[in-house]
Amino acid sequence: MTTARPNGAGAAAILAAGIGAFLVAVIAILADQSAAIKSAMIFSKPTGPLSGVTTCAIVLWLASWAVLHARWRNRSVALARINAAAFALLILGLLLTFPPIADLF
Amino acid sequence: MEITARGLWTLIHGMGFGALYLMACSGALVQFYRCNCAESATLPTDRDEKFLRIYLVAMAALAWLAVLTGAYIIYPWYRAVPPLGTADLAAFPQRLLLASSATSGWHAIGMEWKEHVAWIAPIAITMAAGVVLQYGRDLKNHPQLRAALLGFVWISLVAAGVAGFFGAMINKNAPVEGGPVIHIVEGEQK
Repeated sequence: MTTARPNGAGAAAILAAGIGAFLVAVIAILADQSAAIKSAMIFSKPTGPLSGVTTCAIVLWLASWAVLHARWRNRSVALARINAAAFALLILGLLLTFPPIADLF
Repeated sequence: MEITARGLWTLIHGMGFGALYLMACSGALVQFYRCNCAESATLPTDRDEKFLRIYLVAMAALAWLAVLTGAYIIYPWYRAVPPLGTADLAAFPQRLLLASSATSGWHAIGMEWKEHVAWIAPIAITMAAGVVLQYGRDLKNHPQLRAALLGFVWISLVAAGVAGFFGAMINKNAPVEGGPVIHIVEGEQK
């Protein structure tokens, strides 16, 4: 099967999305564990620390997408490994947002 | 028939954006599953591809609207702190839930999970939309990309489903109400 475009751009998007999902959970846990981080995450007072946690996660997700896209867009990469890493991060993100698991840290 | 302004916003967030997103997931899953069937008898046409692009962009818009209205409009009402000495906590849903061991779990697990897990949905679907926009019909040459998109859309459905379920149950136990009352239909006089 001939491939018209390298898979790098797609791989960048997929891995970045996994990173973004993971970061939502990690930053939330950090804010929960540290009063200083929790206070720093109050970007919008009515919304509280959730505003900073999600904003930081989104900014870092988009930044990682931009960086990975710049590096991989004209290349073909080992997509099977990247998919595995992205899904591992995604599943971890899903699980680490679950309070009984998040509270273990 | 009437509803308060806060109740209306909760409806828009949950039913307008959230539920519509959940329903739209089924269409996206069917489409990605069909794309993954290499033996598909018909190749997607230009029209199919254009429809999928618009569909996924619309889904991404719904997901972002759901999380943003949730976090910045409804959540502040939900987590509002009652003045000292307030006995009736009906206008303070979070405090109402936490006031009883029978309902505190809806906040401790439900809201605490929902407020974070929901954000995975717009991240995942925006990625899917971005990849489809970039690759278009060339996606047929990338089975691993297609498989990843299918997987991410599945996870976005799970994340949105968790958020939707707990949102509904939290609102059932401690509804976000208040603000001006909107009269929809005048009832029959008996």
